[in-house]
Amino acid sequence: MSAASFSAAGTQRVSAAVVDFPSTSSCFDIEALSLAYEGTPALCDLTLRVPRHCVTAFIGPSGCGKSTLLRSLNRLHDLNDQVTRKGCIRLEGQDVHARDVDVAELRRRVGMVFQTPNPFPMSIYENVAYGVRLQGVKRKRELDDIVEWALQSAALWEEVKADLHASAWTLSGGQQQRLVIARTLAVRPDVLLLDEPASALDPISTLKIEELIRGLKSQLTLILVTHNMQQAARVSDYTAFLHAGELVEYAPTDTLFTNPRLRRTEDYITGRVG
Amino acid sequence: MKIPRVGGDGVWRWLSGACVALSLLAVVALLTLVVTRGLAHFWPNDIEQLTLDDGQRVAGIARGSEAGERRYFTANRDLDGQVWRWVETQAIETRETPPDLLYAERRGWGPFIGRLTAVTTPTGERLQGDEAERRLRRALVGDAEVTTLHLRNVEGRELRVAFAQVESLSWPNRMDIGDKLAAWGYGVWRFLSEAPSDGNTGGGVWPAIFGTLLMVMLMSLVVTPFGVLAALYLNEVARQGPLTRLVRIAVRNLAGVPSIVYGVFGLGVFVYGLGGRLDSWFFAERLPSPTFGTGGLLWASLTLALLTLPVVIVATEEGLARVPGSLREGSLALGATRFETLRRVVVPMALPSMLTGVILAVARAAGEVAPLMLVGVAKLAPEIPLNGEFPYLHLDSKFMHLGYHVFDLGFASRDTEAAMPLVYATATLLVIVIVVLNLTAIILRHHLRARHRALEHS
Repeated sequence: MSAASFSAAGTQRVSAAVVDFPSTSSCFDIEALSLAYEGTPALCDLTLRVPRHCVTAFIGPSGCGKSTLLRSLNRLHDLNDQVTRKGCIRLEGQDVHARDVDVAELRRRVGMVFQTPNPFPMSIYENVAYGVRLQGVKRKRELDDIVEWALQSAALWEEVKADLHASAWTLSGGQQQRLVIARTLAVRPDVLLLDEPASALDPISTLKIEELIRGLKSQLTLILVTHNMQQAARVSDYTAFLHAGELVEYAPTDTLFTNPRLRRTEDYITGRVG
Repeated sequence: MKIPRVGGDGVWRWLSGACVALSLLAVVALLTLVVTRGLAHFWPNDIEQLTLDDGQRVAGIARGSEAGERRYFTANRDLDGQVWRWVETQAIETRETPPDLLYAERRGWGPFIGRLTAVTTPTGERLQGDEAERRLRRALVGDAEVTTLHLRNVEGRELRVAFAQVESLSWPNRMDIGDKLAAWGYGVWRFLSEAPSDGNTGGGVWPAIFGTLLMVMLMSLVVTPFGVLAALYLNEVARQGPLTRLVRIAVRNLAGVPSIVYGVFGLGVFVYGLGGRLDSWFFAERLPSPTFGTGGLLWASLTLALLTLPVVIVATEEGLARVPGSLREGSLALGATRFETLRRVVVPMALPSMLTGVILAVARAAGEVAPLMLVGVAKLAPEIPLNGEFPYLHLDSKFMHLGYHVFDLGFASRDTEAAMPLVYATATLLVIVIVVLNLTAIILRHHLRARHRALEHS
């Protein structure tokens, strides 16, 4: 999907958003989402739509709520009793907070990669097979195939195929992060959430991850949180700029970086604030 | 944290180093005392024969001296009415170690020191002198038969002892170092493998070793699942709020309750309450003699399980808290339920900590004596509670315990002074048992940890 397919007839309520596309191509539909930790607001009345099979980046200064927003998408906040939420998030038209939604299944469909690589203390093979086993796959052949496919998709296969049973902790940081991506891909998610996936990595590993992200969008929808604006510019199709829990501006990446509508956005991306 | 300046860094280094050194010294001194005294007990010391200036003769094993007097263990309680004798050093005219003095352990009257005059064979034949000794030596290894020993102490008083009454017999003055080592090894083996005899002042402590181990194992079997599940609930299931905090504080404080209080609780709730109820339901035909309504293995294990529960809970909770939140989230983000995450990621990673908890619990329980005195330990229970008779493991039976045995030998036996070396020997054994139990668990933990080695380094 490109910026050309956007219709000007926006029906969205978001003042700052110039992004619009047919609702049939939206993957996530966030509507008037507000979120608070122990009463302190973290997200305020946020509305945006995330297009399918694109890379959407959330940028903004630390503490602006971009990670919080990301973690709302797979309901990871459920674990914290202190979080209160208002508003609605729809995945492919279905409210993710509806009573009949199986949270585990939702999280399988909406995979997540975290800031610091978090492989389990198991072998490489077991790490990738972890989620697949949870889905009830037991046959060795089938598991082997999925593990190989996932590692190849994450561009890690060539590096680890010699010893799949080595501990995942022996891999380098960049390899670990790609392993985590492979692990997530192995359960065939529809969406991949990436929470600053390269911030703990060296430049070369970062490039590999970015390449991977671009390559994956044919298969699934990616949402990337980053505080590295060059990264957002390099890999994303759309960019949302968040500040203090509010969506400031949301536009195709080219537009946002070259011709931001708002002064605040411009100040941020040119490095004058934040 | 910044340490307040007291004369610079050197002072602190020395002060803290000195404290460590002092602690080490205390531990080493304690172990050395207990171990040397305990093991020395089994060494066959030479028997001295003294002639005093008033013509009296004394035979015995020297055991220390004080203010111009020497103390001898003279045995022969039946002849002398006592087993100790203080002799003034100045009164000793001659001191020798005649090779024909023998040391015999008997059932009933304790050890004997003196000479062999004759033996009687089953045919009524009476052998004397060297022949008697040869026959007796063969009889001791089972090659010949002897019915009665005719003995005489150094003052010439005669004594007859049935051969069946003799537990061991030796001529220590004739032994060379090899013989003595062998005799020492045999003595240690008997101590480990035999039941106590002679009012606990003789024989071994096998039932106490077995009782201690069995009770600790049963306790671990009870406390591990309970403690781990409780910790899982507190850490993983319960809503973290003031109530959970309160429960946690209460659990931690429970570890500080004096153990005798647990004993009282066990007596009231387990023995009288539960045990009494069980008796009236299932063992009514045996009443008024109680089956479970009296102290026993089961109640002792349960009481100690209760006593060590906080230790397991606290250690497990710490282990669970150490599992990084990122791994839990990683698992949940892959579509695992909280239970699956717990089972496949959290618990395996917390396993070493759980084992640490069990190790600490075992260490505490194995040495605990006070509560046991209320809920089932016995002064003498030579039968071990595990045998071929249904139901094989007798949970209602009383049992012996090394810790209590130490107390009993030292303070409640017939001759506490004679039993003193056994106190040290038993204490050594108690330390060894605890070390062995801990080592087993530590090795197990090490194996588990090897799998998560990388985690430890990160």
